[in-house]
Amino acid sequence: MSDSPAPVLHAEGLVKTHYGEGAPAHAVRGVDLCVRQGEFVAVTGPSGAGKSTLLHLLGGLQRPDGGSIRLDGERTDAWSEARWAVERRKRIGIVFQFFNLVSNLSVADNVELPALLAGCTPKQARTEREQLLGELGLGGKERSMPGELSGGEQQRVALARALVNHPPLLLADEPAGSLDSKGTREVMRLLSRFHQRGQTIVLVTHDARLASAADRVISFFDGRIADDAELDGTGASRKGGISGVLELRD
Amino acid sequence: MRLPLLALLARGPAHGYELKQDLEQLLGSAYPQPNVGQIYVTLGRLEKQGLIEGEDVEQSSRPNKKVYHLTDTGREALRAWFEEPEDEPRVRDEFFMKLALAPRTGLAEQIALINKQRRQYLNTMRDLSKLAAAEDRDNRIAHLLIEGAMLHLQADLDWLERCQEELEELE
Repeated sequence: MSDSPAPVLHAEGLVKTHYGEGAPAHAVRGVDLCVRQGEFVAVTGPSGAGKSTLLHLLGGLQRPDGGSIRLDGERTDAWSEARWAVERRKRIGIVFQFFNLVSNLSVADNVELPALLAGCTPKQARTEREQLLGELGLGGKERSMPGELSGGEQQRVALARALVNHPPLLLADEPAGSLDSKGTREVMRLLSRFHQRGQTIVLVTHDARLASAADRVISFFDGRIADDAELDGTGASRKGGISGVLELRD
Repeated sequence: MRLPLLALLARGPAHGYELKQDLEQLLGSAYPQPNVGQIYVTLGRLEKQGLIEGEDVEQSSRPNKKVYHLTDTGREALRAWFEEPEDEPRVRDEFFMKLALAPRTGLAEQIALINKQRRQYLNTMRDLSKLAAAEDRDNRIAHLLIEGAMLHLQADLDWLERCQEELEELE
C-alpha cells in the first residue's frame, strides 16, 4: 500500500437495515467495495436490491449500522452530520434521479452556491460556473430557473453543481432515471467525458446501457455484491459479440 | 443477404462492387462490412434462381464486369418480402438450455452461469456504445441498428436479472 495511493473510497463490511412498517428490510448486507482513483464503477441490480441505499451510505446521506468507510484512506466513522455536509461540498459530488436543484434559485446560483460555501471568491465561483455550463451546453441558460428547463437540462445543471468544486469522487444515483432516451444518451456521454479526464465515478443504475459506459460493473442483488466485473470490451473478440448481434441474417 | 441485394437493384442495374458500396454507405460501420466475394456468390445464386440477370460489360484494360438488373420474378420476390412481417427474435436459446439443465448435471452452477453470461452481454453493450459514439451522427439508419441491438441486449440483461432474483430465492 505504501507506494500506491490509498483508494478514493474503501468500504468494509457495510450493513444497513431499514426499520419501517412490517419486517425489517436488509438493504445492505455486508458489502466490501474498493474504488481506485480514476475508476468508473457502475452498480446495477433490480429495484429494491439496496443499491441506492449503498450509494447513500457512501455519500454519508445515511449512516451504516455496521462497517466502515474510508475516503482517501481517512476513516469517516466519527464524522458528524456537519462534517459530512462539508465533505459533500469538497470531496464528494452527488447527482440524483430528480436533480434536487433549488427551485427558487437561478441556474447560475444553483451552480455557484456550493463553490461559495466551499470558500471560493465570487469571481472564482463565476468563472467555474461559466466554464462548466459552457461545457455542458448550457451557455445562455444562466438566468433561467430550474422549472423552465427540460429534465435533461436540469440534470446537466445538477452535474455542474456536483463538479464545481472538483471533488475527487462523483456519486450518481440513477441520473437518467427520469429522463427520456435522448437525455439518457446525453448523461452517458457526459459521464464518459468526465471519466476520460480522470474523474472517479460511482454510478447506481438499473439501465444496462448506462452501466456499460463504466469500466467496472457490480451486480447488486438482495443487499449483496453478486458479481464484480471489469469490462474490457472483449465482447467483440468472442464468438458472437458485437457482430453477432448486428448481423443481418441470410 | 439475398433480399437486401435485390432491394438495392430495384432502383436500377448495378455491378457487385457498387452494391457493396451501397450497403456500406447505407448501414455505416454498424454493419459488419460485407465481403465482396460473398456478394458475388449471392449474385450468382440469385441469377440461377432467375431473380436477376447479369450482362457482361466490356472494359478496356480490365476484365469484363457484370452488371445485374432485377427480373420481374425478382421484383415479385421483393414485393413478397416487404409483404410478410418477420419472425420474432429467438427466446429459447442455448443459454436457456444451459440454465435449465445445469442443476441436473452437477457440472455448473446457475448463478455462475448467469454471471458469466452477464459479463459477456455487458462487454458487448460497451462495444456497441463505442460503435455508436464513433458512427457518423447523421447516419440515422446505422444508429437505429445499433440502438436496436442495445435494446435487445438490455432486455436480455433484464431477463438475466429476473433469473437471478428467482433462483437466488431458492438457494
